[in-house]
Amino acid sequence: MPIAIGLEGSANKLGVGIILHPASTPPSPHDSVHSSSSAHTKPTSPPVHILSNIRHTFVSPPGTGFLPKDTAAHHRRWVVRLVKQAMKQANVRIEDIDCVCFTKGPGMGAPLNAVAIAARTIAQLWDLPLIGVNHCVGHIEMGRAITGADNPVVLYVSGGNTQVIAYSAQRYRIFGEALDIAVGNCLDRFARVLNISNDPAPGYNIEQLAKNGKCLLELPYAVKGMDVSFSGILARVEEMGRKLPQPGTPEPAEPWVDPDTGATITSADICFTLQETVFAMLVEITERAMAHVGASQVLIVGGVGCNERLQDMMGLMARERGGSVYATDERFCIDNGIMIAHAGLLAWGKGFKTSLEDSGTTQRFRTDEVLIDWRD
Amino acid sequence: MAADPLPTSHALPSPFSTSTTPLTLIAQGAEALLYHTTFLSPTTPCALKIRPAKPWRHPTLDKRLTRQRILAEARVLVKCLREGVAVPAVLGLDWETGWMAMQWIDGGSVKEAVRGRDVSVNGADGVLKGLMRRIGRAVGGLHAAGVVHGDLTTSNMMLRPIAGETADRLRGEIVLIDFGLATQTVQEEDRAVDLYVLERAFGSTHPREEGTFPEVLEGYREVFKGAKGTLRRLEEVRMRGRKKSMVG
Repeated sequence: MPIAIGLEGSANKLGVGIILHPASTPPSPHDSVHSSSSAHTKPTSPPVHILSNIRHTFVSPPGTGFLPKDTAAHHRRWVVRLVKQAMKQANVRIEDIDCVCFTKGPGMGAPLNAVAIAARTIAQLWDLPLIGVNHCVGHIEMGRAITGADNPVVLYVSGGNTQVIAYSAQRYRIFGEALDIAVGNCLDRFARVLNISNDPAPGYNIEQLAKNGKCLLELPYAVKGMDVSFSGILARVEEMGRKLPQPGTPEPAEPWVDPDTGATITSADICFTLQETVFAMLVEITERAMAHVGASQVLIVGGVGCNERLQDMMGLMARERGGSVYATDERFCIDNGIMIAHAGLLAWGKGFKTSLEDSGTTQRFRTDEVLIDWRD
Repeated sequence: MAADPLPTSHALPSPFSTSTTPLTLIAQGAEALLYHTTFLSPTTPCALKIRPAKPWRHPTLDKRLTRQRILAEARVLVKCLREGVAVPAVLGLDWETGWMAMQWIDGGSVKEAVRGRDVSVNGADGVLKGLMRRIGRAVGGLHAAGVVHGDLTTSNMMLRPIAGETADRLRGEIVLIDFGLATQTVQEEDRAVDLYVLERAFGSTHPREEGTFPEVLEGYREVFKGAKGTLRRLEEVRMRGRKKSMVG
């Protein structure tokens, strides 16, 4: 029964996870369950055993983002502690582990490198093979394993990535994507204008604020075929944020009000407007991809995928198409080590190894570059 | 557009809710449903495009998008007709309930015609090349009118039979349909991408006929004065592909 340790640090989260795949073949039981009997799709035993999954997040002060240098320093400071803690929690010995998996990319260079150095060190100390993993593939495979979604259209939404993906002929193909900035980046940068806290995440705090929003203001809506663009929306919404009265300054003579109700526009209204607009765009391109490939399942992964409003909207759309939405909670949606361990172990099962010479990281690493030879 | 279940929740808008002609669903995309029916009189066949409300979208946003998109599509069609580009005429629309009725185009799609063509006949290649050239002229005329289609495929081109002509299935007038992604633009880049999308779609839909694609560009050059610049830009688009090669 193979066991892998996974190290993730492509952005401001440092994650370490240890996973066990119960049967040596097939690595992903959902595929086999599906092919042997389409009537019952729920496997009786859990597909994968998560032995430990811990994370430490670098939180920058409100109004600022996380810089590569500081984030890398955070990862260096915590990685040894996290690996020790994960091993202890998993209750496994070094001899039990089969491979060391790490994020090869995409992501921020300095944090990626900091974690890759840790992975190389562990692999050599413990005399284990290294497996370099594509971060996006990690998200997709973990989402499939947790939810049991067999062959879904995948919406991958995070601070660095926005992609609509469907599987075909051993590749995760990108049908649509953000042409400029990622949706999570748009949310994060808007949070800075309003000085919204980055703890636990700016997107989470926007989601809470948006629950009190009522007025839908007008924002650009930028869908082009199956692609989206967020930079124009960000510029407009930043302008709106600056229009709000700043704390400590006198109330403006002519307050900004909703023309329909006369109620004063608040930060909650802007958060609400931003969410409703960008999520409608994401649901639209996902629906177009589903119509294109004839799929009814949709899986949401990535940090923004935690957002319950996005999950609800996607659920309504999927239900109308006679399907359903699959989503996970923050343990698996937000960057974590276990997804790297999982995807790495799937590749390891097919004989994949990353030599020490090739264990460098890359900021640009497209999802469709990876050969997915563990799926039919 | 595979096995989509028919949404039953959408009530038909007036006047189609009281029409005596049955509505036949002919296509369902993510955005809209397309029906074959009649408009106002039972002798006026029409293609009815309904954009149902999306319950997950905020009602204000949903209304705004439906209105914008129906109006944009209708304006593009009207502009094309005025400039002499063969497209379906707009018969009527209502952005509140989200429908647009268009002139019904007889005949089949170019995709069906190319797929079903008889390759054994003498001069079959010549007939195909003639068709390809007419496609190029149709696209050239569209671009000359300041419109890019946004989704050029052989399924989005009809072959309207011409009265008195031989009943060869590759003959007939090219009529472009489905302007749901069309935009009015004068950018060389947009036109080049439009051609690139057609080139790629044609290659994957009709791999055996791919070699005749230069005829399309030849026809394009014949009718569109700005063809030179667009085709130069097309070379660039081919080199890099439509997508950028990085994730930001």
